[in-house]
Amino acid sequence: MASMRDIKRRIKSVNSTRQITKAMNLVASSKLNRAKARLEETKPFAEETRKVIAEIGAAAGGLNNPLFAEKPKGNKALVIVITGDKGLCGGYNSNVCKEAQALCESKEAKVITVGSKGRDYFKRRTIPIDRSVVGISEHFEYGDAVVLGEHALKLYRERDIDAVYLVSTKYISSISSTPKAVRLLPVNPKEFEGKGASGSLVLYEPSEGAVLEYIVPKYVDTLIYGALVESSVCELGARMTAMDAATDNAEEMLDSLNLLYNRVRQGAITNEITEIVSGSNALSQ
Amino acid sequence: MANKLHLRVVTPHGQFYDGDCDMAIMKTVDGDTGILYGHQPLTTVLDVGKLRIIDEGEEKDSTLMGGFAKVSPEGLTIISDAAEWPGDIDIARAKESRERANARLHGESKDTSGLDISRAEAALKRATLRIDMAGAKKLKK
Repeated sequence: MASMRDIKRRIKSVNSTRQITKAMNLVASSKLNRAKARLEETKPFAEETRKVIAEIGAAAGGLNNPLFAEKPKGNKALVIVITGDKGLCGGYNSNVCKEAQALCESKEAKVITVGSKGRDYFKRRTIPIDRSVVGISEHFEYGDAVVLGEHALKLYRERDIDAVYLVSTKYISSISSTPKAVRLLPVNPKEFEGKGASGSLVLYEPSEGAVLEYIVPKYVDTLIYGALVESSVCELGARMTAMDAATDNAEEMLDSLNLLYNRVRQGAITNEITEIVSGSNALSQ
Repeated sequence: MANKLHLRVVTPHGQFYDGDCDMAIMKTVDGDTGILYGHQPLTTVLDVGKLRIIDEGEEKDSTLMGGFAKVSPEGLTIISDAAEWPGDIDIARAKESRERANARLHGESKDTSGLDISRAEAALKRATLRIDMAGAKKLKK
């Protein structure tokens, strides 16, 4: 049986772990509230951009644009994976990485990773990393999304790649999220079917083509930015849940350790009393 | 009561403006364009420039960092990378970024690939607009 000192030391260590996980849980939940507010703020922007591109897409003028055209044979894909920089958030990072890897398997793919966790994951595997961005998973700006979008668009225009995919985490609720993959390029006009304009005659200035040429990159940037915001909310939510579970586990462990400690202590006292009693019995005889 | 134009300005950082006005003047890639109530449906690309919101004879100005505008029967929707009132402009930061852009354009930086030049030009445009707008506001006072 473990000695009292050993158990005491163990209790101390579990207790300090519990304090840390509890603090992380609180930090994550307050950050989560801020991130959620940010998600709400970006929504109207994303929706409006989508609406406009849907209208133009529905006007069918976009179908001749190279950004819309399917490349039938191409199998070279660029996959943008959005992960976090930090761990201790349950399956958040590995879920999104697995989703991306599954997508890469059937293709000749390279990846752009956001977050150090994604970078490390693909480094260990044989999938080439085109570019990796770290350190922005919590402090990103719209400009970060623009840089990524421009890079992806450049590769696409130069015909280095035939399609661009974005893998990120979709927010369902604070305690639940799921990885998802969407195709950024070529833009799938089917996505917009039925959502288009009322069919009224819309004027495009300077021209339909020019507007489209401007809006599609914007659309890509918007989607990337939206995914960054949404993923950060999911990361914080996942961390909060994971840390909550860790705190619970630590408490359970503390309970059983305390029980064990008391039992050992009682055993030691009983032992001592027996010794004293038998000692005095021996003396009185 | 005269009909009013419903104007919405949306940026990635949230809704910047949502309200009615008599006229909105924005800078498109073809030049300044004023939109009144009942304008024909239009979608157009915006340049970096000033947005002027005119209501009841009063004019409110803000910056508008590119984007695009959509006129529909419901009104005018502007989708922009950023927008701010003159009072919210960080002049020191704008001046700094103007200097940075100038340095980049005038050959102090070795890297002169096309992308960098156009980026620096855009940055210069934004910084100049911010400084102009912030300065104009001070003069009015």
